Amino acid sequence: MAWNRKILRVDLTKGTCKVEALNMEWAQEYLGQRGLATKYFVEEVDPKVDPLAPENKLIMTTGPLTGTPVSTGGRYSVVTKGALTGAIACSNSGGYFGSELKFAGWDMIIFEGKSPKPVYLSIEDDKTELKDAAHLWGKTVFQTEEIIKSSHQDPQIRVSSIGRSGENGVLFACIVNDLHRAAGRSGVGTVMGSKNLKAVAVRGKNGSGGSVKNPKAFMAATKAAKKVLADNAVTGQGLPKYGTQVLMNVINEMGALPTRNHRDVQFEDARKISGEAMHEKRPTDGKTHLVTNAACFGCTIACGRISKIDESHFSVVNKPEYWGASGGLEYEAAWALGAANGVGDLEALQYVNVLCNEDGFDPITFGATVAAAMELYDLGILTKEQIGIEAPFGSAQALVELAQMTAQGIGFGKELGMGSARLCAKYGRPELSMGVKKQEFPAYDSRGIQGMGLGYATSNRGACHLRAYTVASEVLGIPVKTDPLVTEGKADLVKAFQDATSVFDSAGVCAFTTFAWSLADLQPQLDAACEGDWTMEKLSLLGERVWNMERLFNNAAGFTAKDDDLPPRLKTEAAKTGPAKGLVNGIDKMRPEYYKARGWTPEGVPTKETLDRLGL
Amino acid sequence: MQKSLHIDANKCTGCLQCEMACSYENHGVFNIAKSRIKVFNFEHAGRKVPYTCTQCAEAWCMNACPVDAIRIDATTGAKAVHEDICVGCKVCTIACPFGTVNYVAETGKVQKCDLCGGEPACADACPTGAITYVDADWTGLDKMRAWAGKTDTQARATA
Repeated sequence: MAWNRKILRVDLTKGTCKVEALNMEWAQEYLGQRGLATKYFVEEVDPKVDPLAPENKLIMTTGPLTGTPVSTGGRYSVVTKGALTGAIACSNSGGYFGSELKFAGWDMIIFEGKSPKPVYLSIEDDKTELKDAAHLWGKTVFQTEEIIKSSHQDPQIRVSSIGRSGENGVLFACIVNDLHRAAGRSGVGTVMGSKNLKAVAVRGKNGSGGSVKNPKAFMAATKAAKKVLADNAVTGQGLPKYGTQVLMNVINEMGALPTRNHRDVQFEDARKISGEAMHEKRPTDGKTHLVTNAACFGCTIACGRISKIDESHFSVVNKPEYWGASGGLEYEAAWALGAANGVGDLEALQYVNVLCNEDGFDPITFGATVAAAMELYDLGILTKEQIGIEAPFGSAQALVELAQMTAQGIGFGKELGMGSARLCAKYGRPELSMGVKKQEFPAYDSRGIQGMGLGYATSNRGACHLRAYTVASEVLGIPVKTDPLVTEGKADLVKAFQDATSVFDSAGVCAFTTFAWSLADLQPQLDAACEGDWTMEKLSLLGERVWNMERLFNNAAGFTAKDDDLPPRLKTEAAKTGPAKGLVNGIDKMRPEYYKARGWTPEGVPTKETLDRLGL
Repeated sequence: MQKSLHIDANKCTGCLQCEMACSYENHGVFNIAKSRIKVFNFEHAGRKVPYTCTQCAEAWCMNACPVDAIRIDATTGAKAVHEDICVGCKVCTIACPFGTVNYVAETGKVQKCDLCGGEPACADACPTGAITYVDADWTGLDKMRAWAGKTDTQARATA
């Protein structure tokens, strides 16, 4: 069985763990992971709920392909109402935690209520128990993992936990697993912290059954699909060699690398923080920044970066605990910590990235919030006295100190912990927050890649590159090349990417497979694994159903068409350099086209016909 | 030609496809807890290392077994556990200097790599060539080639 057909329901208020059968009718309509967990979530949670109230729930969920030999089949997601956004949140992570949860015999864990004191959930196959976490509270992610492995005397336990930022109410806290993989965005770690849930520790010896629907066809399908990944230039060569950082120079050339809080679209020091730079020997110690690439469970791409910081760099001098190998830099983090702040110091970026992993906060939102603070400082709205240090654009020293303050929850770090939307609003300049639905943009400027603007504006979890990665089409020509500088055709393109990605996110595989795989490559693997008849038509409809279900939740939570918008800077201040020079984003033109393509009213509400067609 | 598993840890990414393939081949399930090959992750060094039985010629496990349950497979040269004979005494697990023969509580027997009868599933599943199945006499060939490429002994024309 691709599904274990088993859910663990944990009532943190009462301290109980209960086994439930997975709703297999829903599995046929929502597949798994993002789709299926969101179905459970919207059925059980009031859309108006305060994200940090006990009534909000948090679901850790796997897909039917998680824990199977399908390439990248190690994914898990966290579904909740986001602390940062107040919208539906679904944050996806790799590493080894998801597959271990599947091996332990579970499809998902639903956490509800709030524990009266800090606890962690221990799962050893069928044995589940909430354990006291007083000794873990106040500890970092790295320490928590080490203590749990040591106290259970089992180095093979997999741990997902929050760091101090999740405990301290940083609104963009992550849930980090396997030291440096994270369910990163929207503040899912903040929700976990609000429930006094420090960690989930899983050991699975049961295995995922092996009895997929048709084992022989499944093994053949996974093998064929692995070959597609290996033969593709992006997944077979670019990503293993440079990681997602393969994009830094490419996007900068495009004039789509947001720089200094989106004041500029090209960064003069992009090369210094690029994937290529990570391969170059440092003048200080003759070593390369990059140690090796790394894979998550089951992944035959292996885009992950493992690096070592220069021991003589100011950020880690006399701190040997940071001299070992650690995860990073990935493109998004390198951009958010680097170009977004005008900081071109690779070693500083990696140090801050390690702090983000160590204490569990999202480097995208953190970096972008620092960028907003630096602009406020530049404008004289924030002063050295308020921040505690000088914070001009380009200062690696400031970046490092602000990261330390945020990790420890001290000084100005508490204000940064609100995210840029609340920070900028507090200081009277809400328009300087570069994001949508209070979640900050990732690493693509929508003046140079128009479709991304529409993708950001309409993303159900706030600004995000992983809901509709039209960069694939507009920049890389996957599956077809479209012109990044025009708005024509982008409504349909964004819808197609959103719907397809919803299926991949519901299956248990990584979005990065989509550089090489279309739905037609995923379909035979799903069909061989999952009970039922999984046709292309069924999957396409399923993706659209998941998207609309999320939309309905957000609408009921109070979001309207007004929230599907970009900050004024991207609509009025033209790109100053590069291929997009003179352009703003055409969101106001694309939005109505998109609503029409979706079968929504001009107010962004799905029509009855659309809901009927999707069975919603 | 006798072949043996050859492991190049520098190529390992830690994807565990080898462990999945091993458990599926030998137990019919997707369960890395049952794998006979294990990948170890040395986080602070940034190294992942697959490790399994090297099929010693003078196998400690085979010599230690009191009931003659570990025997040489004539085709592959693998030291294979005959489960119908094994009594689960675990003496082989003590004798093996490398820890690559292990007791399985579920069956009450030991298990170790038997080279899958000559078509090791782990090598087939490895996406990076970190695990290969090569001529047993020439497992060092790639390393020799790499070092040979680094030597600088040829006379060159000087300007």
